[in-house]
Amino acid sequence: MNYFHEGIVWLNDPLNWTNPGGLLERLQEHLVISLWAVLLGCAIGWPLGIWLGHRGRGGGAVITVANLTLALPTLALLTILPLTPLGFGKPPVVVALAVFAVPPLLANAYTGLRQIDPETREAARGMGLSGGQVLRQVELPLSVPYLAAGLRTAAVQVVATAALAAFVNGGGLGEIISAGFGIGMSNGGGGQIVAGGIVVAGLALLVEGLLALVQRLVTPRPLRTRRRRRPSAAAPAA
Amino acid sequence: MSFLSRAPAPAWPLAAPADDGPGNPWFSWRYVHDNADEILSALQFHAGLTARAVIIALIVALPLAVVAYWWRPLTGPILALSGVLYTIPSLALLALIAPAVGTTRDTSVLIALVLYALLVLVRNALAGLTQVPGEVRDAAAGMGYGRFGRLLRIELPLALPGILTGLRLATVSTVALVTVGSLIGQGGLGDMILGGFRNNFYKAEILTGAILCVALALVLDLALAGIGRLLTPWTRERRS
Repeated sequence: MNYFHEGIVWLNDPLNWTNPGGLLERLQEHLVISLWAVLLGCAIGWPLGIWLGHRGRGGGAVITVANLTLALPTLALLTILPLTPLGFGKPPVVVALAVFAVPPLLANAYTGLRQIDPETREAARGMGLSGGQVLRQVELPLSVPYLAAGLRTAAVQVVATAALAAFVNGGGLGEIISAGFGIGMSNGGGGQIVAGGIVVAGLALLVEGLLALVQRLVTPRPLRTRRRRRPSAAAPAA
Repeated sequence: MSFLSRAPAPAWPLAAPADDGPGNPWFSWRYVHDNADEILSALQFHAGLTARAVIIALIVALPLAVVAYWWRPLTGPILALSGVLYTIPSLALLALIAPAVGTTRDTSVLIALVLYALLVLVRNALAGLTQVPGEVRDAAAGMGYGRFGRLLRIELPLALPGILTGLRLATVSTVALVTVGSLIGQGGLGDMILGGFRNNFYKAEILTGAILCVALALVLDLALAGIGRLLTPWTRERRS
């Protein structure tokens, strides 16, 4: 009856890893979906956030977008998008996940450019830099920590919610859990459910840890000393 | 799937046509009218689960925030633990809790929801408490307030905006998270969304569930914002 123990036993069976539809295959699906979703989110969130932050307007809209997606259930997007012209399969899942990756990327990019000391910007302008030069040579390097923090929040969120893709047969590690429910609790499915939970949770924590390391590495040394709490989409400008 | 082969008219709510023709519209008043009872009970379940989760989380979160506020060395561990817990995906948490607690009742969903709401509430309550200016605290101590008197009369009221922000965020995200409970058939409106998807992609059912879910979140958010305005009149005066 000890489901946690059963989960460990399930994880210790190599066949559960290498079988078709086993852990390794699902893990690969999970990572591919997540990667595309994060890339799509970056392609939309960063340019928009950087542009809005550079122009210094639209802060209210950024917060509204972040709060609105908070109210939107992932499950709703995952079920609605396959019925649109996107069709079934991976594309709707990637788009649905990207929708939830955009707010943290957007909000952090915006905050990153807005938090720069106005005097720095003035000094750069006084030195004769054009708007584009200020953006490329002053604002972007100074906002790298925020961009990295946004990437970390978004990536962790995408990896976490990608598990929900199993609800719509979108693949990924969530399939392990739903297959466990398919077997049924009384027929040994409980162990598989718990095993899936352990793997999904472990993956999210691993990604969080790795990206925290990346965030620290890309942050220039002088900016590391005074560590601020990373702003998240969940708590915009409290 | 024997009902598919029988006359389609009586089985209409059960088996919607899968094509994009007029038979499967994105929204249908007829669906809402014919299934009003089920929709209402799903909405009720959803709202009830959200309310229970947020209230339990608030009852647990406030003392935790106060503990972290009084003993500063505990702040780091409490926030770190909350960060780690928050990173764990909802589906994984549910998969870890459900087999042990049981899948026939909503207890496991409630536990997961409480844990997530808890973290948002503790963070924001703590942020609200630490924002209380040092001079105010000193003045209160100078007026002879003890630790509890100061907490109840000075610090908690001043932290109210932070607590209310946390409450709103927790409520909105809880409404969205309840849908994940449909993994074990305890998802309220999420059961409608998933049920519609599994029921031959019945768009009206999916969209009705999704719209009600977002509407519930917005209504609760506005209600809490209104309560917050009533409870903290001083923030309004300062703004004007």
